[in-house]
Amino acid sequence: MEQFTGNVWTLGDDIDTDIIIPTEYLALKTIEEMKQYGFSPLRPKLASQIRQGDMIVAGKNFGCGSSREQAPEVIKALGIRCIIAKSFARIFFRNSINNGLLLIEQPDLYDDLKEGDSITVTVNHGIDYQGKHYPIASLPDNLMEIIEAGGLVKAMRRKNGLECV
Amino acid sequence: MGQTIIEKIISHNTGKESVKPGEIVVVSVDRVMLDDIMIPFIADKFEEMGFAKIWDSDKVVLIYDHLVPASQLDDTRHYKVGDHFAEQYGLKHVHRSDGICHQLMTEAGYVKPGDVVFGTDSHTTTYGCVAAFSTGIGYTEMAAILGTGSLWVKVPETIRIVIEGRLPDYVMSKDVILRIIGDLGADGATYRALEFCGSGVDQMSVSSRMTMANMAIEAGAKCALFTPDEKTAQYCQVELDSWQKSLAGDEDASYYKTITYRAEDFVPVMACPSQVDKICNVADLEGIQIDQVFIGSCTNGRLEDLQMAARVLKGKKVAPFVKLIVTPASRKVYEEAGACGVLNVLAEAGAIITHPGCGLCCGRTGGILGDGERVVATNNRNFLGRMGTSKVEIYLASPAVAAACAVAGKITADFSCGGES
Repeated sequence: MEQFTGNVWTLGDDIDTDIIIPTEYLALKTIEEMKQYGFSPLRPKLASQIRQGDMIVAGKNFGCGSSREQAPEVIKALGIRCIIAKSFARIFFRNSINNGLLLIEQPDLYDDLKEGDSITVTVNHGIDYQGKHYPIASLPDNLMEIIEAGGLVKAMRRKNGLECV
Repeated sequence: MGQTIIEKIISHNTGKESVKPGEIVVVSVDRVMLDDIMIPFIADKFEEMGFAKIWDSDKVVLIYDHLVPASQLDDTRHYKVGDHFAEQYGLKHVHRSDGICHQLMTEAGYVKPGDVVFGTDSHTTTYGCVAAFSTGIGYTEMAAILGTGSLWVKVPETIRIVIEGRLPDYVMSKDVILRIIGDLGADGATYRALEFCGSGVDQMSVSSRMTMANMAIEAGAKCALFTPDEKTAQYCQVELDSWQKSLAGDEDASYYKTITYRAEDFVPVMACPSQVDKICNVADLEGIQIDQVFIGSCTNGRLEDLQMAARVLKGKKVAPFVKLIVTPASRKVYEEAGACGVLNVLAEAGAIITHPGCGLCCGRTGGILGDGERVVATNNRNFLGRMGTSKVEIYLASPAVAAACAVAGKITADFSCGGES
C-alpha cells in the first residue's frame, strides 16, 4: 500500500476557490505563473513557504465556490502531496481527482494536530500522527481508475489509442 | 417506489426504469456551456486528449462574459483562442458580447426542461429553474465531454424545500435563497440535489426561480430543480410533453430531508462578510455605512430585478458618496429595461449603468474596491478578495435592499427611503 510522510499546513473551514486562486490571476497563461498567488487573500506568504511533499489539513467544505480547475492545479504545482479535510466541495473534489491530486476525508485529524507537525498517510487505509491512527475510507473504483491512469487526460489518451495501458 | 425530480431526469437520460442515490451512472449530455476564462484550458486539454472532432458541435455553446470587454492586457488572447477553437471544430453557437453565460443559456433557448447540461462555471446550477439537471465541472471533464458526449455522475440524494404562501412586498426570492443557505450552511447540500415546491414557488416567475437555482451551489448543492409549469413553457418557448410535465417529486419518493417554510415569514436578509451562509436580518444591520452598491450578475441582473430597483429609486437620489453600479445580465435585459423606462429611472437616480456581462461580480473590472471599503451587492459570493482587496467587506442582498441602501448610504430596509411607502 502506498505510504508517505510529510509536514502539514493547516487551514480552516470553507476554504473557497477565490482564496486558493483569486479570479484576477485566472487569465494568466500558465499554472506556473499563477501558483505564486495561491492562498494570497488569506495567507499571502503561504505559497512561498510550501515545500514539495507537504500536505494541507483543513476543516469542512474545502474547495467550495467556483468550478475553476486552476485551484487544484495550483495546489499540486505548489508541491502539495495531498489534502486531508473534514469534507470537500464536490466540483473541487472531481477536479482534483481528474488532475491526480489525492484528497482524503478524515473527520478528526484537523482538530488534533498543529501546523508544522509531521504525519504519515497510507493510501486507502489511514493516517498516523503522534502514535494515534486515523482511519480513512477507500475511493470508489471508477475514481481509482482515473487516478491510476494518471488523471483524466491520460485516461482519454488511452481511449484514443495514444497511450498504452 | 416514487422518484424525485433528479432521479426522474437521470433515469430518463440513461434509459433505466429507476435509479437510486449513490448509484454511479454515465449520462448522455444534451448541452454544454464553455466560458471565456476556461476556453484556453479546455482547448489545450481537448487537444492533449487526442480527439479529432467534437461529438456534436450543435450541442456546444461558447460564451464570452467574464472578460468582456477586456480589462487586462492578456484578456483578448482568450477571445482569439475561443474563436480559433470555434472555427476549427465548427461550433455554431458563439456569443461574444451578449451577456452572462447563465442568463443566455436559458434566455436564448439552449436549455429545455429535463435536459442534462454541464458548464465550466459553478453557477451552471441556474438552469434547474426550468427543470434541467445542470451543474458545474472543471475544464478537463469538459474536454472529455467534448470528445465523448458523456460524463459519469453519482445520483444525488434530494433535499426537498417546500414554501407555502405569499412573500411580503419587497421580499424577493434572493431573500428566500439566502435564508435557506443560512439554514443549510455552506456545505449543507454538498453532493445533494435541492428540489423546490409549494404555492410560494408556483407564484414565482422563472427569473425569481433562476436566482434560487443559481445560488444552490452556495450551499454546496449539485443541482436545484423546479417543476416545469406554464411559465416555464412560455419562457422556454416549448410545449411541455407528458414526461416534462411529470417532472415533480412523487408523494412516495425518498428524500434526504424535507424543510418547510411559510412564505409570509421571510424578511429582507443579507449574507455578511465573508461567508455566504452568514445570514442576518437587514433590520439588525441597519445603519452600517457603505461605499458602493452593485446591482447585477447572473443571480440578480434580470428585468424584474432592475424593475424592483427602479421602483425603490424612482424620484430619489443615490447618496452622494455612494457609487451605484447597475449591470444588466444580458443585452436583451438591457434593451428591455431601456424600452420600459427602467434604465432612465436608474440613471436619473444617479446609477452608473454598464454593459451586460459578469462585471464586478467576478472582481476583475468595473468598480473594484480598496481596503476598508464596504459594498452591498446582489450577486452570489462575498468571499474574501472577491471584489477587490481582501479587506473589502461584501454584503449580499436583493435588488430591493441594494437600492434602498444606495439611497441611504448605509444598510437599511427602508424601501420608502425616508418617505411615505
